[in-house]
Amino acid sequence: MLRNLFAALSGGLFGAGLLISGMTDTTKVQGWLDVFGDWDPTLAFVLGGAILPMAIAWRIAARRRTAFLGDTIPAPNTAGPDKNMIIGSVLFGMGWGLAGLCPGPAMASLSFGGWGGMLFLVAMGAGMYIAPKVRQKLDQNSANA
Amino acid sequence: MIQDAWIYGLIGGLIIGSAAALYLLVNGRIMGASGILGGLVDGSARGNAPERIAFVAGLVVVPAFLAALIGNAETNITSNPIVIIAAGLLVGIGTRLANGCTSGHGVCGISRLSLRGIVATVFYLLAGGIVMVLFRHVLGVI
Repeated sequence: MLRNLFAALSGGLFGAGLLISGMTDTTKVQGWLDVFGDWDPTLAFVLGGAILPMAIAWRIAARRRTAFLGDTIPAPNTAGPDKNMIIGSVLFGMGWGLAGLCPGPAMASLSFGGWGGMLFLVAMGAGMYIAPKVRQKLDQNSANA
Repeated sequence: MIQDAWIYGLIGGLIIGSAAALYLLVNGRIMGASGILGGLVDGSARGNAPERIAFVAGLVVVPAFLAALIGNAETNITSNPIVIIAAGLLVGIGTRLANGCTSGHGVCGISRLSLRGIVATVFYLLAGGIVMVLFRHVLGVI
């Protein structure tokens, strides 16, 4: 119960931050990516602002090893970047540029994003649903190569 | 006006980072929007589905209240359905293949100085920038 309460609280704070920062506005995101157009630096302030408390949190986490509700703090992925991660990031960046939405803001704007926002969310959900099959295909191809 | 946007960006960013800090220190989880939703969509969430649903509920409901309060929230998303569908599919497949998006790799990864987070962020920023040049300035589609 406590876990779910704090999960809802985190989700709510996350959503509030996305709305206040302007990240639910696709023109701000596309404005940041559009370096050769009317460049909008807002996103750098958002990302910088978000990294600050989280950097402190990682320091606290390193000392505690367990979270307040008893779970182990997730260990860093020591494997480093791999092929799927890079292909995935490129595909994600393309979609992010095309519509100006990433997964967090897509959910946070559900109530005011209109049909366009809903269509994006449905398409994103479909993409997430088929992603394990895409991964399987990519892994097969690299195994055969 | 532009300066105002920076200040709101910074304040909103600090709130986003606090949300991620809370999720890490209390629940012991990484606040990655694509991972939380993706695990529900593809069924890999298993035992912790309620926690994920609670997170998504907060993420949808709180901005809905705030948007109703301020009255002028707007995504300004394109009205071209083909662009929207293509973008959504790319974001869905891409974030799951990459195991993270702007929140997981960007906020949580970079703040931990994770090489994966930093490299992923460089690649999605570059891809987004190239798409802007190509589809806005060359093709004029977006």
